[in-house]
Amino acid sequence: MNILRIKAIAKKEFIQIWRDPFSLAMAFLMPVILLFIYGYAITFDIDKIRTVVFDMDKSSLSREFINQFHESGYFRVNSYVESYKAIDPYLDSGRARVAVVIPENFSKNIRKGYNAQVEVLIDGSDSNTATIAQGYTLAIAEGFSQRMRGTRVTPLIDSRSRVWYNNELKSRNFIIPGLIAIVMAVIIALLSSLTIAREWDRGTMEQLISTPVKTPELILGKLIPYFLIGFADTILTILMSTLLFNVPLRGSIMLLLGLSGIFLFGGLSFGILMSIVGKTQLAASQAALLTSFLPAFLLSGFIFSISNIPKPLQIVTYLIPARYFVTILKGIFLKGSTLKVLWVEALLLTLFAVIVFTAANRKFRKRIE
Amino acid sequence: MMGNRNFNNLAVDVTDLRRTFGDFVAVDNISLSVKRGEIFGFLGPNGAGKSTTIRMLCGLLMPTGGIGTVGGFDINKESESIKQIIGYMSQKFSLYDNLTVEENINFFGGVYNVPKEKKTERKEWVLNMAGLTEERNALTRNLAAGFKQRLALGCAILHEPHIIFLDEPTSGVDPISRRNFWNLINEMSQAGTTVFVTTHYMDEADYCDRLALIYRGKIIAEGTPTELRKKYMTRDVLEVNVDKVVEAFNILSFHKIDAAIFGSTLHVVTDDAETSREHIPKTLRESGVTVKGIEKIPPSLEDVFVTLIEVS
Repeated sequence: MNILRIKAIAKKEFIQIWRDPFSLAMAFLMPVILLFIYGYAITFDIDKIRTVVFDMDKSSLSREFINQFHESGYFRVNSYVESYKAIDPYLDSGRARVAVVIPENFSKNIRKGYNAQVEVLIDGSDSNTATIAQGYTLAIAEGFSQRMRGTRVTPLIDSRSRVWYNNELKSRNFIIPGLIAIVMAVIIALLSSLTIAREWDRGTMEQLISTPVKTPELILGKLIPYFLIGFADTILTILMSTLLFNVPLRGSIMLLLGLSGIFLFGGLSFGILMSIVGKTQLAASQAALLTSFLPAFLLSGFIFSISNIPKPLQIVTYLIPARYFVTILKGIFLKGSTLKVLWVEALLLTLFAVIVFTAANRKFRKRIE
Repeated sequence: MMGNRNFNNLAVDVTDLRRTFGDFVAVDNISLSVKRGEIFGFLGPNGAGKSTTIRMLCGLLMPTGGIGTVGGFDINKESESIKQIIGYMSQKFSLYDNLTVEENINFFGGVYNVPKEKKTERKEWVLNMAGLTEERNALTRNLAAGFKQRLALGCAILHEPHIIFLDEPTSGVDPISRRNFWNLINEMSQAGTTVFVTTHYMDEADYCDRLALIYRGKIIAEGTPTELRKKYMTRDVLEVNVDKVVEAFNILSFHKIDAAIFGSTLHVVTDDAETSREHIPKTLRESGVTVKGIEKIPPSLEDVFVTLIEVS
């Protein structure tokens, strides 16, 4: 191995990226855009569900009950209607997702200690929101009845749950750490997969393989600039996560950077392997998208919890390095995990990187086939 | 620079070199030898097998059969050693067009491991040779074809290789640049470098010390330009100047007269120049083509080649 040759190739590759607006945008705009989309636009939190109320009782008790919905923060009562029929257009048009119907004898029944019924209509077209709304409604009704009965009756089991690691249950805290893995997968898939194939497409490879350059020198030289860009992106996304989105970073930042480096190296080697196998830029980038970006997005546990996906696919996830990296990221960010807990993931990432780098070296031929 | 392993006199020496692509035989058992310091021209029409041969010699393409050496190294087993001592310029322009002139030179200097103390000197030499001293910071894609070609040559010989392989170095380059290019090749040969060059411009053949003509994967003639003329051109060549070239060509072909179009004139190959000189204008005039002149000329290598192809 000759350092000067590696340096010459890395420098050339870096200049080419620098002069290519597409590569530059991919490298530095993509992470920011992805972070903004997932950080601001998409949220899985349910709050202020639009609610319509048909109150036939119109008593102080019924008003107090409705107020409970309001105060919970999960519902926003934005309209009142005067007939059953009038509810339909609200739910149909989506102006309301939940309708609460309070019958005439609501307060009378409560005062007499009878069972008072309340009807709640929920728009089930968004099943996620519907399930959560249902849960909240039950909780509000439960709380209200207890208050009406007074404190004399103590429930048999008083379960008080406390949420650890993300105690406000913010979906942002859960998504953003994993997003770092996705951002890197994008760079890996779309940039490094082009690098060898582009030289074949443009005819520059023929000249390059006529020189004494050795395969590991060529691959390392090509890898280095993308590694540096990927690393800069890692730092950029960590900064944005903590400073802009206030995601807590509870673990060691050095451990985070070190493991990110291993993930990057493996992923880039994989992209280069695709580039070698694919031969043309189109084939290589498609192969890379299918084999690294998409699995990282869907099967890494980044958004969709691995335990909820079908069993056969769960087995596939073990082959996806992003899976281990997402675990590492969430662990270090939210739980402050150390290498003591994450060593298995770290080891598997390293193993993947070594295998793929070796494969890329073996697969590359300094020959025209 | 790497030393050569043996001190025999041949830079290239191959026997029965063969390459097939499926059923297609691109190079059909050719044998070649090129002496050190020679300019060896490898001539033939497009698709004759020139590039395939040159790629096999450079270790870029595995031969299907045959044995041989380049610079003393086995072409089948030591292709990486061959790459240490050669310079290769491929047919397609193969520098990075989004790099500047200087960046391209720096890149190849690094890849070829030009020693640090020589780097600047070699860079200036290439810039000077290519006439790009002023344009060193220009993007390569903005250069004219002739300059690109010379820069590519410069990058391929930055490390002062013993043997250089040039695949159609002058295609698509204007005549003046072509002449300059050949002067340069001549200088290098005089300095002791072996030059193996392919071309389909027959008029360039006279710049070479020795030639091989390849056609459909086979070598059909070999020798110095003078030898080739003598050996294969026992017949006379008449240059016929007419007003309607294509029509005249068709008429002569119809009368089974051996003619070929050379620009705006016809070359007629004949056994007896004196008789044909009378006969041809008559034949053409009868068919309404005016003959403006007819004279006997020394055969060019192109005439030789056309004749050889017709025979095979």
